[in-house]
This record gives sequence, structure tokens and C-alpha cells, in this order.
Amino acid sequence: MLKIDCDKCIVCGICEASCPFSAIHVEDDCVVVDDNCTLCGACVDNCEVEALSIEVADKKVQDDFADWAGVMVFGECRHGAIAPVTYELLGVGRKLADTRGVALSVVLLGKNVAENSDRLIAAGADYVYLAEHDDLEQFREDVYGYVLEDIIRQKKPEIVLAGATAIGRSVIPFVATLIDAGLTADCTRLEIRESDGMLLQTRPAFGGNIMATIVCPDTRPQMATVRPKVMAALEPDSSRVGVIESIEVQPNAVSSKIEILETVVSDQDQVNIQEVETLVAGGRGLDSAKGFELIRELADELGAAVAASRAAVDSGWIPYPHQVGQTGKTVNPKLYIACGISGAVQHAVGMQSSDIVVAINRDANAPIFDFATYGIVGDLYDVIPALIKRIQEVKSES
Amino acid sequence: MHIVVCIKQVPDAKDVRLDPETNTLAREGVESIMNPYDRHALEEAVALKEEHGGTVTVITMGPPQAEEVLRESIACGADQALLVSDRAFAGADTWATSYTLAKAIQTLGKVDLTLCGKQAIDGDTAQVGPGIACRLGVPFVTCVQKTRQSSTESIIVERMMDDGFDVVQVPFPALLTVVKDINEPRVASLKGKMKAKKATIPTLSAADIQAEPQNLGLTGSPTQVVRVFSPEARGDRTVFTGTVEEQVDQLVRQLKDHF
Repeated sequence: MLKIDCDKCIVCGICEASCPFSAIHVEDDCVVVDDNCTLCGACVDNCEVEALSIEVADKKVQDDFADWAGVMVFGECRHGAIAPVTYELLGVGRKLADTRGVALSVVLLGKNVAENSDRLIAAGADYVYLAEHDDLEQFREDVYGYVLEDIIRQKKPEIVLAGATAIGRSVIPFVATLIDAGLTADCTRLEIRESDGMLLQTRPAFGGNIMATIVCPDTRPQMATVRPKVMAALEPDSSRVGVIESIEVQPNAVSSKIEILETVVSDQDQVNIQEVETLVAGGRGLDSAKGFELIRELADELGAAVAASRAAVDSGWIPYPHQVGQTGKTVNPKLYIACGISGAVQHAVGMQSSDIVVAINRDANAPIFDFATYGIVGDLYDVIPALIKRIQEVKSES
Repeated sequence: MHIVVCIKQVPDAKDVRLDPETNTLAREGVESIMNPYDRHALEEAVALKEEHGGTVTVITMGPPQAEEVLRESIACGADQALLVSDRAFAGADTWATSYTLAKAIQTLGKVDLTLCGKQAIDGDTAQVGPGIACRLGVPFVTCVQKTRQSSTESIIVERMMDDGFDVVQVPFPALLTVVKDINEPRVASLKGKMKAKKATIPTLSAADIQAEPQNLGLTGSPTQVVRVFSPEARGDRTVFTGTVEEQVDQLVRQLKDHF
């Protein structure tokens, strides 16, 4: 509940102006709050006379809170191969574990997945927990969820990290609910708060227009999913030592109501935009699907793949696997050329870690220039042909 | 067949910004809309009802004004709507939200299928759907891009994966979250709009859903936002000047190593 101290209130109206939900209103000699209040705290932060406070009823207490220690990574495995995000999670997990002075473990679910253990230890893991079972060969939400729940309850890690992939974003919320843990999705930054050792989880919200830092003060484990390509993997070190432990899979955990009838690996998009060094991306400024022919021409000249903004995908000019941004993929190529993309933050969060960003846009005030290393202000239908011509000239000179 | 669709009213995310002076969300000109993914969940529910018969119930947790999206849902084919609203729900994170919605769904008697959008565009977490399934104790499939076959007993769907898709069969009761590719939502009919206008929308409070107060709202939320801020811009930009040819020439000189 929002508590209002009318003795302190000076009816200045700052709270009313600062409320994002229009939930607080000035009345004669105090303010009143209505049902639209979400307890976001904006008014409390802005009140200059401390007339506002948020009153929270007593929270449930987790009896074994102090028993939880260590950092655990969910090692994602599909068709027998470890997903690259697993190594990135071990990279950031190693840093968190070292800061906390605790061990880093990785959990691997599947059939015959043990052969990956050494690589996971070289990538930073102190412990590899293997849950191997025929019924874990294919991903099913319920089966993976119950097996993970079991392992987390046994090992009691204080932090659990998983990739914000199709699999991670599906099963991890289920696991967090099973074990009553707080979960933060799509984190782009993870660090330990010095004062109390809490995990600070930073993520974009509102389509990436705003960043929010989140903590789980009263519950363990603290769970987070991390987008692929955001964290850096460590250089593999084969001299590292670790412990490999087999986990017994309980028969009731693998009984499922979900049946996988078929698995289709898509060939419509052979190029994975997360794996290439150069990307040429098109947005709303292309004005039509035909614009992507020009984008492709430039991409071919550079040996690049084609990416797109949400606006271009929503317009049906190019399929979803090409989409970069908050609701698409995160990429960090060496060179990213954004053509006719205004640069809404929702797009920027997906590409701003690229080494070099080139922006081509006819609007000199487009936000994309804030994220660019180099900018050209002009009509892309003039600029791109000129650029292709110049690149060809340079190539033929050398 | 009884199908429940969970809907959220959200601010149109593309308009939301932080006011740099007060560091609070700037609300001027930001419209409230039905979460776009939920529109597709609703359409799928109505299409399944048309095929197999039954009832579509939409529910939302939110402030009284969230009733708007419930009326809109009725206009688009839902049979009935429930507003789950109570000050005690304020400040709920995904854990507390899934608890509240699951409790509300449990007051509805037999439910065969619960449908949700993949995620809401304000938080983008995609956590509430799986959370509700967990609490209802039903199997779930996320990111459904197509219904291949359905009966009153089970459904066969395509679930989007990072490298393609899986074809998954799941018996009812179940929960699905859907992506936009699944269908093309219909526009409200005139008849639907009339029905929406006249519909009575009951409100369920915390007491009505027999919720435990400790699990609700800010109190029941394991996660806590400690800071909001605007994303940082890059500091090192160079915007070229001159004719198109001159600008291109300067750029190509900078990028030479990449050809």
C-alpha cells in the first residue's frame, strides 16, 4: 500500500506529475491514490518532503535461505551439441562465482551428453552435473523442468543462470515457479552488489526504451536468463580441473504428457545472423520489400548477411529470423550497417555491442546516429549504390 | 470446450520513455492497448471454439480501466470476461501475477485450454504463461506458431525453436503461449461491438479468488526493481558531411580493412 502522510504533504503536485499511471491526485490539502497505482515508487522517490512511503506486509521467510551457495548454469544442449550461450554463461558465471568466493557448476540434461564435460570445465565450470536419460533426448518443458527442479533442490545454488533462448525462456519460468524463486528475463548485465552480495540483474523493459536493475532480496536461488551474444565466453583452458557427477534421474520426473511428433530444422534461413562478421540491416526507410534487393546487393559485396528492424519484419518485407532487437536477435558483428533504421531503443539493444556501427539515414536527427560509429545523412537509395560502386573500385585497385 | 484467454492491457511500448529530469516514466501521449500477442491468443481461441463449440472466457489482472481490453475482446469474439482487480495486486511481478491469474482461472470450473500471448510488450518476460501452467498443474507449450490439428481432447501444434520448430502433441487440459505467426486476428464486427457494449463484466477481488495475501502484489513478489535508467548512447560517433559521393568516400576509407 502507498502510505500518505497528510501532515507532511505540502500539496506541491510533484507526485501527480511523476506518476506514470496517473494514479495519484492532488486534493484540497493532501493527495489521494486510486486503483491504478502499481506501487512503482516513482512518487515516493520524487516527494521532497517524504510524505509518501510504500508499506509492504510481512514477506514469507525462506527458512533455509542461508544454505544456498554457488552459481549454477543450465547447459543447453540440442541435437547433441552444446548451445554457444552455455559458454557465455560460464564466462559471466565464473566472474560472479569468484566475486562471491563460491563454486561454479553446470547442469547438462540429455542422452549421452557426458562427452561435453571436459569442454565445460575448460570453459570455467568447477562441477559438471550430468542428468542422462533416454527420455531427456528431446526437449519437453515438463520433463526438463522437473529434472532441473530436482537438481536445484539437491545442490542449492544461490544463483541459477540460463540462456534466454527458445528452450530457456520456456522451461526456466516453469522451474522458478516450482521452487518459488524470483526470475529476471533477458538480462544484459549481471553483477554482485558489494554491500550485501546480492545479484544485480539489469535488463531492458518497455521494448528496450528503459533499463531496469532488479534484485531478489528474500528468496534463493536468484534466477536469471541471459540473451545469447551478450556475455563473453572465457578462452578455453584445458589445464583447468573440475568434478563430473552423474545425477540420478527420478522416473516420475520424466513422465510427460507432451509428445514430440517431429523436429524440423529450418532451411529457409541458412545464415545465422548471430554468427557472421558483417551485417547489413534494413528498416522502415526502405519503404518496400523491394528495398531489400538493394540491401542484399550491398551485403553480397561485403560478404555479409542481411538483418532487419522490427518495422521491416512487421511490414512483411523479410522473415522474422532476420530481425535484430529486443524482440528479435542480439548480434555483435565486427561491422553493422544500418540502412533506413531510425534506431528505436528496441532495435539498438540488439546491435549496440557491434564493434563498428554505420548508420545511413535521411533524417539527421534519427536516434540511430547516437549508436553509430560513422553516420551518413542521405537517402539510402542514393547512398547505397554509391557505396557499392566505391567498394568495387577499392577492391579492383588492391 | 472451455477456453480461457489471459489478456494484458499495456502501454504502447514504442512510446514509453524516461523523463531525463525526474527519471520517471513519461506518460504523455502513451496509449493503452491490448498486448499485441494476446490478440493472437484470443483469435486462436475463437477459431477453436468455432470449430469445436464451447465458450471463450477472457480474463485480465489490472486496474479498473483494464476493463477496456476485456470489452474489446468480447467485440472480437469472446463470450464472457472477468476483471481480476484489487489494490492488493499492485506491484506484482511475474511470480505473483501467475499466482493471481491461476487462482482466478481455478474459480471458473472445468477449463480445457488456457491461451496466452508469448509475452507482454511492456515487460517482455514471457514468464507468466509457464508460471500459470505450473500452478494449474497442466502441461504447456510455448511460442506456438501454428495449430496443425485439434479435437476436444488434444491439440497438435508447431512450437517455434531457435533452429526451426517442433511438432508437439498435448492433451487437454493444457496451456499454450502463441506468437504472431499463428493467425491473422479478425477485426471486431458491428454485432460484436454491440455485445461488448452491453456485456456485464464481473470483478474478482483477492477474497473472491481465495488468494493468500502473502502471495499477492509487491508483498508476494520475489523480484524487486531497484533502479530504472535510460540506455547509454555510444560516445565515439563521426557523422560525415559533403555530397553523397564525398561521404561514401570518407566511409570507405575508414572501413577499408573490412573488404
